[in-house]
Parts: sequence; C-alpha cells; structure tokens
Amino acid sequence: MNNLTKGSKYEWETIIGLEIHAQISSKSKLFSSSSTKFGSEPNTQVSLVDAAMPGMLPVINEHCIRQAIKTGLGLNAKINKFSIFDRKNYFYPDLPQGYQISQYKHPIVGEGVVTIDFKDGSSKNIRITRLHLEQDAGKSLHDQNPQKTYVDLNRSGVALMEIVSEPDMRSSEEASIFITKLRSILMYLGVCDGNMQEGSLRADVNISVRKIDSDLGTRCEIKNLNSIKFIKQAIEFESKRQIKILEEGGIIEQNTLLFDSTTGKTKSMRSKEEAHDYRYFPDPDLLPLKLEDSYIDLIKKEIPELPDNRKNRYKNDYGLSNYDSSILTSEKSVSDFFDKVININTNLKKEAKLVVNWITSELFAFLKKDNKSIEDSPISPENFGKLIQLIISDKISGKIAKDVFEEMYKFNKSPDIIVQEKGLNQVSDTKEIEKIINNIIDTNQDRVKEYKAGKNKLLGFFVGLAMKESKGRANPKILNKILIEKLK
Amino acid sequence: MKIDKNTTQKIARLCKLRVNNEEIEELSLQLSSILDWVEQLNEVNTEDIEPLSSVSTENLPLRKDEESKKDLSKEILSNSPENLENFFVVPKVVE
Repeated sequence: MNNLTKGSKYEWETIIGLEIHAQISSKSKLFSSSSTKFGSEPNTQVSLVDAAMPGMLPVINEHCIRQAIKTGLGLNAKINKFSIFDRKNYFYPDLPQGYQISQYKHPIVGEGVVTIDFKDGSSKNIRITRLHLEQDAGKSLHDQNPQKTYVDLNRSGVALMEIVSEPDMRSSEEASIFITKLRSILMYLGVCDGNMQEGSLRADVNISVRKIDSDLGTRCEIKNLNSIKFIKQAIEFESKRQIKILEEGGIIEQNTLLFDSTTGKTKSMRSKEEAHDYRYFPDPDLLPLKLEDSYIDLIKKEIPELPDNRKNRYKNDYGLSNYDSSILTSEKSVSDFFDKVININTNLKKEAKLVVNWITSELFAFLKKDNKSIEDSPISPENFGKLIQLIISDKISGKIAKDVFEEMYKFNKSPDIIVQEKGLNQVSDTKEIEKIINNIIDTNQDRVKEYKAGKNKLLGFFVGLAMKESKGRANPKILNKILIEKLK
Repeated sequence: MKIDKNTTQKIARLCKLRVNNEEIEELSLQLSSILDWVEQLNEVNTEDIEPLSSVSTENLPLRKDEESKKDLSKEILSNSPENLENFFVVPKVVE
C-alpha cells in the first residue's frame, strides 16, 4: 500500500502514534466508591476522596485492576506483576488533588500488539507500548459565562486505561482502522462501553512527517479527539500543515494542538514557555501493586472469544474472506447477529457468504437510514435466517426477497407469512412458465423474427417481459431455459 | 547544589505561588541548603538497587466495586468561594 503524500516538491510519509484513553466499565471510581454514572446532576457523585479533602486516602477498586489485566491479555501484552502508582502534578481547576494518580515508570501492562486488516485482504501489526491505569479529571465548562469557568467533578476519579501505541501507523486510514479494532477488542472484553460521544473512548494523536528513508521529524500532539471521523480529519489537516511548513523551508516546533471540528483545523493549545513539567513521583498514599500468576491465570479464563479468533473461525469454518470476516467482527453486536443467523441450521452455514451480503447491504442500509444499531433491528436473527432459507431453496427470487425484506423491516413479520399473504412464491412450475412464454412469443412475432435473424440481445427483452408477466415470481433459471428452447 | 533565582521562580509558578524579588533571593538560598543536606545521601552506593517506592511490605489494599449513592454535593460545594446550580465557579481558565 502506498501511503505517501505528494507535497509541491517532495513525497512525504506521515508517522502516527496514538494514546487512547478508555474509561473502564465499573460501578464505582478507581480510588473511591462514588458512582460513575453518566449524565447525573453536577457534583452529586463526588466523595471526599474525589474532592481531595485533607486526610482522605485512596483505596483501589479491584475490579478496575482485573479489567486492565483482561485488556492487557486481549492486546496480547505482557502483564507486569509489579506496578507502581505515581502522582502526575499539574494545576487545573477540574483536578482538585493538584495531581492525577497515574502510572509512569512501572505500568500494569507492557508491550503488546494489535493486528489491523485492510480491504485488499492484507493486514499489519500495530505495536502497543504499554497500558496503564489512571484517574480521569473533572469537566470544565468554558462557554457558559464570559468571565467564568464552571466545574463539575462527577467524572473526577473515574478509572481510565491509557493505551499507548508505537508510531506504527502511516495514514489517517490506518489510524482509523486501528482505533476501530481496538474499540471492538475493548467491547468484546466488556472492559469499556466504547461510547465515543459520551467520552468513554478518546484519543490523542502524535503525528510527524518525513521524507522517505530519512530520520523521524518533530512531532505534534493533537489532544482529546472523540470521534473516528475527527481523528481522520485532524491527521489529514495536520500532515498537510507540517508538509507545507517544511517545504517552505520552515521547521516544526513540538507543540500540543487542539482540533476544531467546525473549521477542520488544528490550533496550538499552549505556548512552549508553559510546557508541562509533571514532576512524577510514586504516590506515598498507595503501595506498589503486586500480582500473582494464579490471579492472572484466573482472569485469562474469563477472556471471551475475541475479534481475531472469531475472524479466523469465519474464515476456516465458513470460507469467508479476510475482509468480510473483519467487517463482521469489527462490531461485536454485528458478529453476534451473524452467529445467531448462521447457527439456525447447516444450510445457512453453507451459504454464509449470502448471509454476510444480506447483512452488510440490505440490513445495514435500512439500519443506517433510521440511525439504528443492529441490536435494535426490527428483523430478528431468526426471521433473517428464514428469509435467507427461502432464497436458498428457490422459494423466492433475490428480487422478491428485497421486497419481503422491506415488509419484514417495517412490520416485524415473519417472511413465510409475508410470502404467503402476498402470494410471492417463486413459480418453478414449468407448465405455468411455458404458458407465459407462449403468450409473449405470440404477441411479439416481429421481435421473434429479429431474434431468429441473429439479434441475440433481444433475449433480455423477452426475459423482462416474462418476468413482468409473472410479477417477478418466475424462477429465472427455468424461465431462461424454456425461453431459449422455444426461440430455437 | 545551587538553586538559582530562575529555578525558584519556576517552582513558584508550578505551585501557583506569588513571590516577590526579595523572597526569591531568600528562598533560593534556603532551597539550596536543603538540597545540600539531602545530597549527603548520594555518598551511599546505590548501584544495582531498585528505587524504593514504599517501606511497607504489605500488599496494596483492594476495594470491591461497590458504589455509594450518597450525594455530598452540599458539603463539597460549601467550601467553594463561588458556586451556581451545583457547579463550582472559578475565574475563566481559557482565553
């Protein structure tokens, strides 16, 4: 795959690494028992620990440790049996402690790898540098009052996993496939709800450009992107901005940027003189976290079938392509739907490709139009399976099936009932089809002569007429066969 | 180790402390002498020794994932100089 960007003078390569903040699915916060529920009244989920009242001590939530280990295992990563919680010091009104409890030199999870798949069937490994546990900050509202900032600490102290990748991506496309894949792994594992709109999954993008085979350029960091679309747009804008500066003889200054989704541009967040100095040091309130092998082994047993395992199952058991399999598995809910359909009976297993096509074309199109997710599909996997079986057994044609599908979607009915009610059964009875064809030949003698004189294209014209006459119900294979014979 | 005035100024800024010129002079001297004293520790050979992050041999105490539904917002906000509709209100922190 060629990932080079043409500037006005040279060709450039874009180097991208991501830092992903994933909110851990848990009832209570990382170091306090306040609720993590989204969208509550401001400051109603703030304990004395979260508000950093003097003398309060953090006590870690065991569930969050398990979730981090589970994620580490899902990312094929090394679990560190010894890790340390550090204080990352900075001042901001939505950080009452004046520091964030994070992990610096000794994170709970070390190096791992995520495999991403491309449309052309190829794939690529993106290395994971580390995963660590940390607290989220509160939320600041800057746009409510011209002189004031409003602060809500409900989110303060909620458990996050920061997942850092190596700079292994070379285009906005690769970055977006990577984050989609990572999100699906987290959702399969049930460690994060993956809701980007509510901020459960946010990404910081590190990006630099270089001429081919030269040293890495200076990087800039785009902070806090909360949609895959914005991540792509931000990377594309920023890569062009850096190329332009370099081609005009300028230099890139290391900088932290914000992406403005209304203008599609990145802008500097803070000037260099205010560059952060976090003064990390081990938090004296927290002891090091030591893990036993037996504890990690127990968590290993809880790991469900992950996207890559499912993908391989689809490829090996049903003969699906790598790309089809990765489309199905990228959302757990889609893959679950497919599994339910395919498990109805062995005929469907043999026609897995047909099932995939109907999911990714018809079903996706209808769901997209109504902005629905597959979990809310009005067509149940059972009825979906029945429709495919009607097609496989030649009871209805593919064209009629589309009409039936629409009825099923609108009225939540079984396809058998729709076919019966509307009399849509495919006609495979040779006599009935013959009758229709005889009729057409009789009334179109001129065209029959032309056909016999060598105008073979006219076959389509006759097929069309016969189909119309049968109201789309004639079995096309039988129709074609009889028609050709009759026209000899 | 000598702490110069610029370093003291930087530390003050990181701590959000306002200090005047005379104070900086004096603080720099004090900080330098504290560091000089602590630097005696460097006389010990610590090669091949992992940094100690805790003197306790206990394991980190763990908590179950249980939420408390107690709304403490009144108490929490009672310490704030200004609040509105359950938000803390502070001077604007972005331009």
